[in-house]
Amino acid sequence: MSAIQPAENEPFELKASAITLPVLRLFDTDMDRIGERLSHKIDQAPDFFHNAPIVIDLSALKSGDATVDFALLVGLIRGMGMIPVGVQGGNELQNEAAEMLELAILGNGGERKTRPRPKPKPRVGANAGDGDNGSGGLLVTRPVRSGQRLYARGGDLVVTAAVSSGAELFADGNIHVYGALRGRALAGVNGNASARIFCRKLNAELVSIAGRYKVSDSISREHWGDTVQIYLVDNRLIVEPV
Amino acid sequence: MARTIVVTSGKGGVGKTTTSAAIAMGLAQRGNRTAVIDFDVGLRNLDLVMGCERRVVYDFVNVITGEASLNQALIRDKRCDDLYILPASQTRDKDALTREGVAKVLDELGKTFDYIVCDSPAGIEHGATMAMYFADDAIVVTNPEVSSVRDSDRMLGILASKSRRAENAEEPIREYLLLTRYAPERVAKGEMLSVDDVQEILSLKLLGVIPESADVLDASNKGEPVILNQQSDAGQAYADVISRYLGDEVPHRFLEARKKGLFGRLFGG
Ligand SMILES: Nc1ncnc2c1ncn2[C@@H]1O[C@H](COP(=O)(O)OP(=O)(O)O)[C@@H](O)[C@H]1O
Ligand SMILES: [Mg+2]
Repeated sequence: MSAIQPAENEPFELKASAITLPVLRLFDTDMDRIGERLSHKIDQAPDFFHNAPIVIDLSALKSGDATVDFALLVGLIRGMGMIPVGVQGGNELQNEAAEMLELAILGNGGERKTRPRPKPKPRVGANAGDGDNGSGGLLVTRPVRSGQRLYARGGDLVVTAAVSSGAELFADGNIHVYGALRGRALAGVNGNASARIFCRKLNAELVSIAGRYKVSDSISREHWGDTVQIYLVDNRLIVEPV
Repeated sequence: MARTIVVTSGKGGVGKTTTSAAIAMGLAQRGNRTAVIDFDVGLRNLDLVMGCERRVVYDFVNVITGEASLNQALIRDKRCDDLYILPASQTRDKDALTREGVAKVLDELGKTFDYIVCDSPAGIEHGATMAMYFADDAIVVTNPEVSSVRDSDRMLGILASKSRRAENAEEPIREYLLLTRYAPERVAKGEMLSVDDVQEILSLKLLGVIPESADVLDASNKGEPVILNQQSDAGQAYADVISRYLGDEVPHRFLEARKKGLFGRLFGG
């Protein structure tokens, strides 16, 4: 059989190919500066960047073991209409953080690196009755502790307990915390600017929607400790009592 | 089937060994066959607190490597027939505790014991993760200080993900908070966090509050778990902990600064 003819009974063919992708090479991890410069670049050629897949390259970071806030970065890139597909040149920890947000780990030539697959683990903080609520959302009924990270892919994240400082919540959709929010909450990480954060008591270290964020210092003291919702209007985060 | 209790904390020196000894003794005194295991390989000190250091022949690692049988290594407590101690090795390196080895020892103990108390080293080093992995219950020992509370929160996160129960998606480990070295006078002065502060941050079932007490050091010097001294606040507080663990509702004591006597009132303080 000739190579161009599809094999009989096969609905597809799987083969290697080399595609060149634009690379975003980071020199710094300051998401404010990155966001500002990136939107400037995109304004110059919006068509070129629209729906463009993009690879994040970490090999040129000044400090090799810098912590990259992928949730913010992915939110930023998506918010600007591009599609982040993978990272390259990162270390073990950076790769782990990137995988958490479903970025592929790529070698320097763009080929995918296969990594020993960790045992499938139940979601952190899961409880009997916790878990997927069927719509890509995630329901958690136990406190989310320092060092824990939860990601509700494709949906909302609902936590019916407290979120400790040092804990991180990510959701493509909204985040609801029916306890004190003392950690970080990043909603709309896939670029959804209409996502919102709701919490019973705002003591957050950081809140972000689609890559726009505020750290606790810049959250107005006026609403500190209040029951609030947080949403985006014209790229500005609004914190408002509910 | 035995219930395995891990006594753990984020940082060292908060009172885990003191607590392990007291809890093991308390459970055994109430007629439960109890074994207490020292997971702090290299820093053997549970046997000192239990007062059996001069009867150690074999240790936990010897059992794992097959150099001794479990029966040879277990030391029976002289004061309480239902209590056995499995000491840690002072010399072996920590990696001698393998997951298979620990599982084998716990399984064998589980056939004849009601409770297995695991005295864990601090933090998330090897011995600590081994002790944690097989736990059914965790007692998180915390001092009323911001750093200790923060570390405990972190430990709770690890407990929730890195245990056999978590990996098999079974019912999660039951977690309890034990606040130790609580000094109500210092809480009143704002030098320490209060019980309420700590509970607000950790939102965890409070198993007990152990007051700061000179009797604790005295007890460990004598090799007598402080729970045996029912004259002392700390000993009584540990007895309450056992009652609560076994399901009794017991009010918390020793939370308030003691009323000053006439002398104190006259001369202030
Ligand atoms: N309630 C208490 N009051 C006073 N001292 C205590 C108390 N609990 C523990 N200690 C002391 O604190 C030190 C550390 O205790 P230990 O139980 O060995 O901690 P860990 O096993 O967590 O390192 C010991 O000197 C012990 O006597
Ligand atoms: Mg100890």
